[in-house]
Amino acid sequence: MTPLVVSIVAAIASVVLILVVLELIRSRRLRERYALLWLLTGVVLLALSLWRSGLNTIAGWVGIETYPPAVLFAVGALFVLLVLLHYSTVISKLHDQNTVLAQRLALLEQQLRERG
Amino acid sequence: MAEVATETRLPTSPQLAVKRIAIVPAFNEEGSVPSVIEEIRAFDPDFEVVVVDDGSTDGTAGVAAGLGAHVVRLPFNLGIGGAVQTGFRYAFEQGFELAVRVDGDGQHDPAQLGLLLGPIVADEADIVVGSRFSSDGGYRSSRSRRIGISILAKTLSVIVRRRVTDPTSGFQALNRKAIALFAADYPHDYPEVEAALMVHKHELRMTEVPVQMRERAAGQSSIGALASVYYMVKVMLALFVGLFRKNVTPLEETK
Repeated sequence: MTPLVVSIVAAIASVVLILVVLELIRSRRLRERYALLWLLTGVVLLALSLWRSGLNTIAGWVGIETYPPAVLFAVGALFVLLVLLHYSTVISKLHDQNTVLAQRLALLEQQLRERG
Repeated sequence: MAEVATETRLPTSPQLAVKRIAIVPAFNEEGSVPSVIEEIRAFDPDFEVVVVDDGSTDGTAGVAAGLGAHVVRLPFNLGIGGAVQTGFRYAFEQGFELAVRVDGDGQHDPAQLGLLLGPIVADEADIVVGSRFSSDGGYRSSRSRRIGISILAKTLSVIVRRRVTDPTSGFQALNRKAIALFAADYPHDYPEVEAALMVHKHELRMTEVPVQMRERAAGQSSIGALASVYYMVKVMLALFVGLFRKNVTPLEETK
């Protein structure tokens, strides 16, 4: 069984994550679109922290017999990977758009110079 | 057009000397944009038309320019919020006193613009929204989408303490005050619900009038099944967080 203190600390950490993300959205430093995965991470980790018997069951499924909280680390790590992968796609799109913007700007400048 | 005929005489355009513009956001709508432009002119030839081409890969920009509309071409797809805000910026910078939004897919019927303009011209509202659901008839969207819209409508009604029936309608008319606000800040994807919250927080006057909408004439809806889930979660989150946001400053008049 998961030690109670582990569950409490994990739950507090999840709540802090959720609150930080909400504050970042409120102050317009994070768009809702890019906050959803973080919020999902927080909610899943919070649920697994509070639902102690569930954590045990899941640990059993995946063959973790000695220390169920390892599932928390695994799930946390999985979500961080997902977020990173998501951001890689976002950066790729921004990169492409940035190229288009630079080209458009250069072409416009060239037109202006030839007219000017 | 046939279903509109049941209506008793639609109001015609008010004969006023204000500079007015129709903002037409369009993404790959070469099939429907020409008739939208022509119907706007049929309603009132004094309306200038700006087509915001949101990174189309078809001939949208070309057919619009061919009909003499102003065409603003975005270098890549910004989504409806970014496209519409481009239109508001254009309207603000070019000194328009009155703007209407008519989507390029043909679902908004320009013949009904008189209904939207009434409260603006009478100075009873800063922004008027055409609602599909406050009267019978017309195209009212699919069942699942109607349920989603009604959840948003109820939530928004509670927040703004006023009955909102169609919070996702983009068929709108705005005066200069509302144009200045949206030119400064407009929500990104799926903007209308959050925009209504902004209007409420800025204490602008918003009102709904019943209109009938049409099924899109050509092209594809921008919202699929998975996107609908994202839509609901994103908009509910934005509504909740938006309540605690500081207000932005509307664009200032330079003169």
